[in-house]
Amino acid sequence: MEHFANLTLNGLATGAVYAALALSLVLIYQATRVLNFAQPAFALVSAYVAYAVTAATGSYWAGFAAALATGALLGAGTERFLVRPLRNASPLSPIIATLGLLMVLQGAVGMVWGNEPLSFAYPLDYRGRFSPADAFALVSVLLVAFGLFALYRFTPAGLRMRAAAIRPEAARLSGVRVGVVLASAWALASAIGALAGMLAAPPFLAPNAFDLIFVFAIAAAVAGGLENPFGAVAGGLAVGVLLSYVTGYAGPELTALAALAVLLTVLALKPDGLFSRAAARKV
Amino acid sequence: MAPSTHRAPASDADPAAADSAPAATAPRPGRRAALRHPLVRHGLWAVAALAAVAALTAATGPVTDLRVANVGLHLLAVAGLQFLVGTSGQVSLGHGAFMFVGSYAMALLVVNVPAMPLAAGMAAACAAGCLAGLVVGAATARLHGPYLAGATLMLAVGLPAIALRFPDLLGGANGLAFATIGAPPFLAGAVDDTQWRAIVVWTVALIGLVVLATASAGRLGRHLRALRDDAAAASLSGVPVGRARVTAFVISAGAGSLAGACQAYVLGTATPSTYGLSLSLVLLAALVLGGLGSLWGAFWAALAIVYVEVAGTELAHALDLSTDVRNNLPVVFFGAVLITVVLAWPRGVHGALSALGRHRSTPLKTGDSR
Amino acid sequence: MRTDPIRAARPLAAASLALALLAAGCTGAGQTGEGAAADLDVSTGVTDDTVTIGAHMPLTGPAAPGYSQISVGAQAVYDFVNANGGVHGRSIEYLAEDDAYDPTRTVEVTRELVHNDEIFAMVGGLGTPTHSKVVDFLNTEGVPDLFPSSGALMWNDPEKYPLTYGYQVDYTKESKILGEHISEEFADADVGYLMQNDDVGVDSQRGLDMYLQDQAVAVEHYESGAEDVSAQIANLEQEGAEVVVCACIPNYVALALLESARIGYEPQFVTSSIGGDTVTLRGLLSSFAEQAGSGGDPDDFLDGLMTLGYLPPVEMDDGDPWVEFFRGVYDEYGEDAPMSNTTVYGMVQAVLFVQALEAAGEDPTRASLIEALESQEGSGPGLVPFASTEDDRGGFSGGFITRYEAGEGLEMVRDPAVTDNAEGDVEDVEVDRPLPEDIGPLSQG
Repeated sequence: MEHFANLTLNGLATGAVYAALALSLVLIYQATRVLNFAQPAFALVSAYVAYAVTAATGSYWAGFAAALATGALLGAGTERFLVRPLRNASPLSPIIATLGLLMVLQGAVGMVWGNEPLSFAYPLDYRGRFSPADAFALVSVLLVAFGLFALYRFTPAGLRMRAAAIRPEAARLSGVRVGVVLASAWALASAIGALAGMLAAPPFLAPNAFDLIFVFAIAAAVAGGLENPFGAVAGGLAVGVLLSYVTGYAGPELTALAALAVLLTVLALKPDGLFSRAAARKV
Repeated sequence: MAPSTHRAPASDADPAAADSAPAATAPRPGRRAALRHPLVRHGLWAVAALAAVAALTAATGPVTDLRVANVGLHLLAVAGLQFLVGTSGQVSLGHGAFMFVGSYAMALLVVNVPAMPLAAGMAAACAAGCLAGLVVGAATARLHGPYLAGATLMLAVGLPAIALRFPDLLGGANGLAFATIGAPPFLAGAVDDTQWRAIVVWTVALIGLVVLATASAGRLGRHLRALRDDAAAASLSGVPVGRARVTAFVISAGAGSLAGACQAYVLGTATPSTYGLSLSLVLLAALVLGGLGSLWGAFWAALAIVYVEVAGTELAHALDLSTDVRNNLPVVFFGAVLITVVLAWPRGVHGALSALGRHRSTPLKTGDSR
Repeated sequence: MRTDPIRAARPLAAASLALALLAAGCTGAGQTGEGAAADLDVSTGVTDDTVTIGAHMPLTGPAAPGYSQISVGAQAVYDFVNANGGVHGRSIEYLAEDDAYDPTRTVEVTRELVHNDEIFAMVGGLGTPTHSKVVDFLNTEGVPDLFPSSGALMWNDPEKYPLTYGYQVDYTKESKILGEHISEEFADADVGYLMQNDDVGVDSQRGLDMYLQDQAVAVEHYESGAEDVSAQIANLEQEGAEVVVCACIPNYVALALLESARIGYEPQFVTSSIGGDTVTLRGLLSSFAEQAGSGGDPDDFLDGLMTLGYLPPVEMDDGDPWVEFFRGVYDEYGEDAPMSNTTVYGMVQAVLFVQALEAAGEDPTRASLIEALESQEGSGPGLVPFASTEDDRGGFSGGFITRYEAGEGLEMVRDPAVTDNAEGDVEDVEVDRPLPEDIGPLSQG
């Protein structure tokens, strides 16, 4: 029973990372209908920048702030210079462009910092069954999720974002600066992606460190439903806990297969994810 | 807008482009009716292409022969993906998983039944892939757009893990190594093993392309394009939606697994790490780079997969760079080429070339309602 | 010599090609004839002033971390040799090509090295899954295949691979030495294994089980590429393992140490030769020292760590002549990263090749290189005998065990020993090592 509890806690801590990355994917998908393959690269670059800033200043939190800023900048820049020019191309084009960006950024990180893993500190004490660092991961992701909920639900900025995503022409006519709004959505989402990077980077950071995390984050986002930020968070935590059980009770080589089986089962029952709100958005 | 309708560029409406197998020679203006039958026309194209490959490999060395073989098998793999993505509009990020199936089917047959004829091995690998495609297609038939993409991405990562689960049968992380038959003895001296393998791969690939092109030109192709453009309308006009989608998956998976079988045959290895995340992503990326909707697009894609990597490596060697920069240059180069092509030619290399060929600048019909 | 079958007689050629394809399609796909042995009396890759050699290794991709220092070390030695007159006046061109640890790419880059770059020999091709896919090809093409960077048992097979000569102590031999030591020193302890889920794990477990079958309480695996071993460590603790043997690369040793510290689990950690480089481990663990409690030194994690070695360890500060020599070379020709035991691994490979190339004579051929290698005796810079004879190509044939003392460095707890990878005993051994100045091309510096 204690073993079960340990596996659950481990799973929740890693699930928080999947949740944060899934959340960033969902926000971008909601805003621009693009599955952003460069998201793990944004997280990666942000984490490396944090590493450099922390090494220079000696402060973890200075690095943390730099990471969020880097993520936001990369997100906004990508929306403006890569995704917006492709808004009239086939829907696959922006996806492939972000895939190209993933390769460029991953390679660039290797060029600057090398391919050897770096030692990357935890924000708080990592010792304990459910350590302060684990708690930080979980709490920060939940706070972000609730913050987003409040933003979208109760503020004019959130309303503009929803309008710009769903009816860009109508929104433009009613005075919403659609370009700025979409770029801000990407910036916000990518800052959350950078948070995921900061949570995922410890203990060791290498250019390919986020590859698998990204795959599981996509699985989480899709299983939870791409229309629903809460679905992404729930999906991320569920995937983390599930993979922890599989590793602990069955064997680590089965994690990807188990994730595949669960994802296919979920989608067979609910083709738009567990938390989709009916098929309201289907045209 | 509906995320499920991934529309291919307008070039798809151009039957000459959609149907032609890549070849080095131009079609003769045949007037006889038999030549108009798609199967015959595609078959003639294929024979011409095979002759061109045979001539090319005869003039080059073993390294180029290997690359030619690589282009051939990637052409087949991307053409299979083209059929799924370009024709039926279902975006799969898991095509590498079917190459994994074909590769291991071939490897297991060669290792356990060495006397099994090569042709039978290829057929068995293709059948195994079709079966896998049937299962995956049926399991994902109701999924649209990004949900299908996510599920197939997980497939690309999850399926190769089977090799780790059954190390005694499938060799675990080390995979399987084996020797495959080279050039027949009576060609000794004229044709070496690598050249021979390249010709065999292209033969298999071209047979596959003829099947794909013919299917695409026929009733199934029309159904799938109707489905891709407007599922509801297609359904109303009598297209069996579910069955057509699954059939597309089966055919596409068959081509993918045949390509995997060719890879196993050429290289004498089957390993899980070959069929990881990056292969599936590169296949789809190269397809978009080459051009959606035409087999020519698949041809440019296959060239890009093999030669952009080579160019990146040679560039890295030519420049005097620090170790870290040199090592990472090829992947950055590939990514940069991808971004540039997508931005400059949203319809891919083939789209750009055919626009150039037509000498007119009709605006693109993108069908994207955003 | 190639003829053009198309130009000769088009219709005939087309028909015969079709027939040949048909005939081949009906022949067994796995049936291959025995090719004639390749001619070794050639000096491919040797010019008046250069010798070109090649290697495949993961320089990018998920498997790259941990290995880049090997080619850096080898390159530093070659640079040193070249700067000091080369070998018989020839400088060594070392081509380390990236295969990203993907066997498909390995096959491609190896063929490029052999056919395009025309290498004289392959020296230090890295990885079992990768190198096992080209070992047949190299032997068929007559390319000497020296010192693959892998401890798989298959390199030592003169019948099947007459041109392949192993380097690293094989996983089973080293585990036998570790197993014997643990069974003597920790006779009553419960033992857990943490194994890489491939041939490293399988071969290591075989050696360990010969001595620890009765003591083993848990066997855990990790997949290379995984980011987390917390579930595995939780299982080891659950089963009450008091000694944990890791057949892991440094990344996972560090993860295991960190995870154990996290949950307050304190077994005796023992690693095989591939994972115990404390220079690398200290680097990986440097960020966590402050949170680990006292001192703020990564040594707190490493205190008591036992490791098998066979090369002179860089941490052993006893004035080893080879370590001092390597430091000098690395300071001049190396890179920014600190010199680690992984660097030395590549440097020793290079030294062994330079030694063989010099002994191969003024005008080396592949045959004379092989002959020189087989007649070479002793250990090179290593601390155990190096086997490269006609019948035994096992490379380093044993090892010693060290224990890391925080702040003090390494202490030898098991003197050098040799064994086989079957039922043979573990026996003490002493070697007569050459000094750097005994080796011609290294002595001019």
